Amino acid sequence: MSYLSTFFVSAGTAAIMAGAAFAQQTDITIAIQLEPPHLDPTSAAAGAIDSVLYSNVFEGLTRFMADGSVVPGLAASWEISDDGLTYTFKLREGIKFHDGTAMDAEDVKFSLDRITADESTNAQKALYAAIADVTVIDANTVEVRLSEQNGNMLFNLAWGDAVIVAPESIEGIKQNPIGTGAFMFESWTQGDKVELSRNPEYWGTPAKLDKATFKFISDPTAAFAAVMAEDVDAFSGFPAPENLPQFEADPRFQVLVGSTEGETILSTNNKMPPFDNVKVRQAVAHAIDRQAIIDGAMFGLGTPIGTHFAPHNPAYIDLAGQSNYDPDKARALLAEAGFADGFETTLHLPPPSYARRGGEIIAAQLAEVGITAKITNVEWAQWLETVFKGKDFALTIVSHTEPMDIGIYANPDYYFQYDNPGFQDLIAKLNVETDPNKRVSLMGEAQKVIADDYVNGYLFQLAIPTVAKAGLQGLWVNAPTQATDLTGVSWSK
Amino acid sequence: MRRNLIIGGTLCAVFILAALVSFFWTPYDHSVLDIPNKLQPPNGTHLLGTDHFGRDILSMIMVGARTSIAVALVAVGIGMGLGIPLGLWAAARSGSWLDELIMRGNDLVFAFPFLVIAILITAIFGAGAINAIIAIGIFNIPVFARITRGAALSLWQREFIMAARVAGKSAARISVEHILPNVTNLLIVQGTIQFSLGILAEAGLSYVGLGAQPPLPSWGRMLADAQTLVSISPHMALMPGFAIILTVLGLNLMGDGLRDYLDPRLRVART
Repeated sequence: MSYLSTFFVSAGTAAIMAGAAFAQQTDITIAIQLEPPHLDPTSAAAGAIDSVLYSNVFEGLTRFMADGSVVPGLAASWEISDDGLTYTFKLREGIKFHDGTAMDAEDVKFSLDRITADESTNAQKALYAAIADVTVIDANTVEVRLSEQNGNMLFNLAWGDAVIVAPESIEGIKQNPIGTGAFMFESWTQGDKVELSRNPEYWGTPAKLDKATFKFISDPTAAFAAVMAEDVDAFSGFPAPENLPQFEADPRFQVLVGSTEGETILSTNNKMPPFDNVKVRQAVAHAIDRQAIIDGAMFGLGTPIGTHFAPHNPAYIDLAGQSNYDPDKARALLAEAGFADGFETTLHLPPPSYARRGGEIIAAQLAEVGITAKITNVEWAQWLETVFKGKDFALTIVSHTEPMDIGIYANPDYYFQYDNPGFQDLIAKLNVETDPNKRVSLMGEAQKVIADDYVNGYLFQLAIPTVAKAGLQGLWVNAPTQATDLTGVSWSK
Repeated sequence: MRRNLIIGGTLCAVFILAALVSFFWTPYDHSVLDIPNKLQPPNGTHLLGTDHFGRDILSMIMVGARTSIAVALVAVGIGMGLGIPLGLWAAARSGSWLDELIMRGNDLVFAFPFLVIAILITAIFGAGAINAIIAIGIFNIPVFARITRGAALSLWQREFIMAARVAGKSAARISVEHILPNVTNLLIVQGTIQFSLGILAEAGLSYVGLGAQPPLPSWGRMLADAQTLVSISPHMALMPGFAIILTVLGLNLMGDGLRDYLDPRLRVART
């Protein structure tokens, strides 16, 4: 009897499973590590907002593709005047926001004016500082005038910070984001998940999935368990690289390792003695063994860098050799700088494992040349407060994930406080240069200047591992911007 | 029942010895990273294997024992140093407002979850071994105060105390000369129990990142580091885990054995 019932039960289970296999799965539960603080990408620096909403819910005039190229978004086409100061965007016709209101030139003007306004809280205001005014020509034509040439404007407009929002729904955007994307916002259970559903009236290729759920799992152990138990269909930015070989060996999963715009650096307070001395910074650079950090902290994921530039960018120059691992040279440089016996300093580490583990390795490597770095582990809120805003730190490790962000070195008030007028002129020149070849050479020059000044310890380009169930296709492998674009994702079979 | 005492004592001695030896010698330098040799299972060159940075786990456990023992010892010291006088004082003034004040104060400390206070202390003063000691120490005070007061109260009714009072000795002098020697055995037993709890607490605080900071090794942090690697390199979690279990087990057995040995009420049964 007991054999018999077991047989029926398992036969029943098999039938249910077979049924599930035949029916196409049309939803996805995808996990990311960090939860957004709110849902307005145009008023906060938190990348987690873009991770959920970019391209899924909100779109800009231009947009990034998976390979990092910038293509037309809500703007179907544009013309740039000969002096490079006037951009005339032709919008696609008939686009509606999720609440049914029309997306037209007025909305574009509203969104761009909102970024450049004095009271704007946009995190990347500087990118759009060149916008002098925005004029509505007709319902589908908008003219953007710049105060000076800006070769990056179309690229800048593709950022999540410049997505088009509507004046009708701006009030509640932080809790109820209303955009034009292929997915509509459904609900947000704080501390747990955000749910999206397909936008049936999408202007472009509609999403293949009916429903998408973003789960927020910050703990690496919980992340591992959730993927193993198949509670989530995919994990974008899987936080425990040491577990990837296990997923690779498991036929239920696929592992995608992509590149990101995340230059992971040992940020150095250039105003704090003794790091105001370039010899000391150079000594630190030579004391660091990048490969050991990549192997030890990231289990081999990551590309060594010698300057603040992404290796997959065509304008990248490999300068890692200039600050090669050479502890003897580091000791000699320290002696030249008057620190033959080394010195004591501090190292602030935010939560990600690249920082916590990388920090332990760097502290040990610095100890080899006589520098005692006292480790202080901090949470993100504390890091933003004391290190980023308060500039009260000596060394810290962080990954700068914004695309093409070498311009931050031209801002002497930025938290690592690098103040070099020559470099600032160079970036000013780069910003107004529109000739692609000249831009490449200017970018090369900029990379060399900061490498020669050893502004920060350049460690590695952060890789982004995504673990997904075997049948899932269409996920972004690389992360040209912080985004988890699900518009092209589907299940095979 | 001497067996408990012997097993417990031996386990404790091994760890105390490991901690002492680590001052002069460890198989490898616990702070030197050797990334090419990371995650080695236990073998001939690394008896307990290596961790995710290629550090020798045996060396780390030896130095970690030092951290654990130091933190627990000082914390128990704080608890005894403040708790016993408070308990004696409360018993001597039994029933007075002072007794009430001391005991309600103790209740207050008891009522707070230990971890919350520890987080509060580390949030204000920063994480570190010293602050872990203070946090654990504060929670040892009411434990010793209560035990001391409870035992002392019954002693105050005894004839020999009456005699001392009649002889004109002050309450403070009676407490020190007559009460304290008669509660010592209880306190020693409680001390070993609190010591084992202190080791657990230190491991717990380090595990959540509030205890000893890197590069100082700590059993709790070794466990935390091993967390995501459990399925690949189980030895990384097992070794510090066994260290904690065996030490705590040893201390508890020893406490048990000591109670049997020292408790006057059980003395008859033994002979």
